[in-house]
Amino acid sequence: MTLVAIAFYIMALITVASGFLVITAKNPVHSVLFLILAFFSAAGLFVLLGAEFLAMLLVVVYVGAVAVLFLFVVMMLDVDFSKLRQGFANYLPIGGVVALVLMTELIMISFAVAERGAAAGNEPQAFTADATNIETIGRVLYTDYVYLFQAAGFVLLVAMIGAIVLTLKHRTNVKRQDISTQVGRQRKNAVAIVKVKTGEGIKE
Amino acid sequence: MTIGLAHYLTVSAILFTIGVLGIFVNRRNVIIILMSIELILLAVNINFVAFSSYLHNVQGQIMAMFVLTVAAAEAAVGLAILVTFFRNRGDIEVDDASMMKG
Repeated sequence: MTLVAIAFYIMALITVASGFLVITAKNPVHSVLFLILAFFSAAGLFVLLGAEFLAMLLVVVYVGAVAVLFLFVVMMLDVDFSKLRQGFANYLPIGGVVALVLMTELIMISFAVAERGAAAGNEPQAFTADATNIETIGRVLYTDYVYLFQAAGFVLLVAMIGAIVLTLKHRTNVKRQDISTQVGRQRKNAVAIVKVKTGEGIKE
Repeated sequence: MTIGLAHYLTVSAILFTIGVLGIFVNRRNVIIILMSIELILLAVNINFVAFSSYLHNVQGQIMAMFVLTVAAAEAAVGLAILVTFFRNRGDIEVDDASMMKG
């Protein structure tokens, strides 16, 4: 066995095992941590395939942003998660059967495509010094796919605005500082001069 | 024993199945469902990158980047909806999330 094969099997095993633990872990915090592990080992698989840039992107975007966002939400919500696990055993048999059939079919299709498809007999893309992975991606992304690239940026903008709009809340019964009314306050609105007769006081 | 395209596709298939199974068995827990969707999209990405590498065509990796973008946007909006739902209801049971009578 070559070193590449050993690395592949280790990484694939960790990816699949942690993926399985994501859906079976009792504590959702553990689920998120296993999700991070799954993404990290999938990034290792990407490196083996020669897609270094995407591997780094996966680590930075998923582990650094998305998984931490999940962790934040899981820890912020005060929910009884054991109650949410009810029905786990009820759905397991039928779900397991469907999953087994789905997996068998997918693997059979995979082997058929790998043996007789367009990529049959090809070697994975080799590392070359004159055109690195990121240079190749940049040459294609900023020319042929520039409109899609802009559209992807727009998708992120819409998602950002959407998330802000959904979670922003204006409370009604809270006193807030309003700078413009504070500064725009006039003397005639704020001060009243009252002549008070001795011994009577003022009515209010 | 060399590692071929079929090996990567098999890993991707297993990961995809785990994601689908996760949606089946954790029907009440919306956070685990969102994580299962992330797993499914990761399986899709592995497929894209494997084909890109074995077909010597970088366009698969470009598509994987777009999938990554959409997945990040989906996670952000999904979690925002979840936070709003929790604020209104006090729990995140999706089984009785039928306020809209849809």
